[in-house]
Amino acid sequence: MRYLVPLPVLITALLASLTAQGAGDQSFELRLKEHKFSPQELTIPADKRVKLTIKNLDATPTEFESHNFEAEKVVPAGGEVSLYIGPLKAGTYLFFDDFHEDQTKGTLIAK
Amino acid sequence: MLATLLIVFREVIEAGLIVGIVLAATKGVPTRGLWVGYGVAGGVAGAWLVAAFAGEIAPLFEGAGQELFNACILLLAVVMLTWHNVWMASHGRTIAPEMRAVGAAVAAGQKPLAALSVVCGVAVLREGSEVVLFLYGIAATGGTSAIGMMAGGALGVLAGAGMSALMYLGLLTIPARHLFSVTSSLITLLAAGLAAQAAAFLQQAGYVELLTSNVWDTSWLLSDGSVVGRLAHTLIGYTDRPSGAQLVVYSLTIAIIVGLIRFRHLRHLAVSCAKCSSGAIASDQGLGIRQPSTARATATN
Repeated sequence: MRYLVPLPVLITALLASLTAQGAGDQSFELRLKEHKFSPQELTIPADKRVKLTIKNLDATPTEFESHNFEAEKVVPAGGEVSLYIGPLKAGTYLFFDDFHEDQTKGTLIAK
Repeated sequence: MLATLLIVFREVIEAGLIVGIVLAATKGVPTRGLWVGYGVAGGVAGAWLVAAFAGEIAPLFEGAGQELFNACILLLAVVMLTWHNVWMASHGRTIAPEMRAVGAAVAAGQKPLAALSVVCGVAVLREGSEVVLFLYGIAATGGTSAIGMMAGGALGVLAGAGMSALMYLGLLTIPARHLFSVTSSLITLLAAGLAAQAAAFLQQAGYVELLTSNVWDTSWLLSDGSVVGRLAHTLIGYTDRPSGAQLVVYSLTIAIIVGLIRFRHLRHLAVSCAKCSSGAIASDQGLGIRQPSTARATATN
């Protein structure tokens, strides 16, 4: 059991290093109103991780998702969430609201 | 109604595939239906809770509440799947033949069943909470009539359950002597896939900063958005553009499970060999009753 003693120290150190997350990341914002993203097309820098904030101005929950990059997050009705994306190679990526996939779509351009 | 049907179908099948694997892996174990039932019922109840508190969970931990919650329950499922696989590898082979005949074996078989029950619960909770949120959205906008929504939902559940049942029956056509290795391989890949999903959530929350770029892109071959791609994602954790962190976690999970199985299997062999040579096994009847209790003792170690 003695080797377990340093464990709490390690965990605390790990958590402390994690809380410094995202200090230098560029931020971008998307709004959702009447099941439409604005802007419809968002340009972000390529090869850099970015922070994306999504504000849901509708009265129903949505799920921000993409099949082209890793993202899956519920945005509560009237709420906002943030997530980290990338670094993405230069290119065009599609995202959508998983609950209204046919009508609520947008494009992410990395360059 | 069609939109409801499609979404409910998709989520039910994603949870159903996992339940199907669990049922195939526990074929012939008495009371497994009850345990799987507990898991599914717990998952349904949890799904309502998670959906109801989605607005409260999201802002926790500086906005990373949702990702941390998802990563935690995914990792819980990974631990349970790992434990089940390792337990079965060291005890399953000796117990399986006596399972149906000897009552004592039933008690020993409950442990891995409890673990798999948790796995079913997690699968249903994750997909179920999405269904609840989606249906709530439909109901709130009033885009479709209540009857249409209910009909769509019910048909979606039926179709999803039907497809999952087909996959389960498909697995059962595998000859009994191979079924164990097939299900344990499936469970290993399932666990690795869930672990990689957990890594993706931690990456999205900003907790993983290293190796977050995509390593390759196989979307030309099989896209994450396609039906087959989604199924492969659920079953073996396929993703067309995996990040380095996901690949590392995926391979590490497989390596750990395989390593533990080898280690436990060798140890178990060593224990049974020691017993054989000391003449501990006296008769067939003695074998049947003694084996499970030794199994239980080893498992608690």
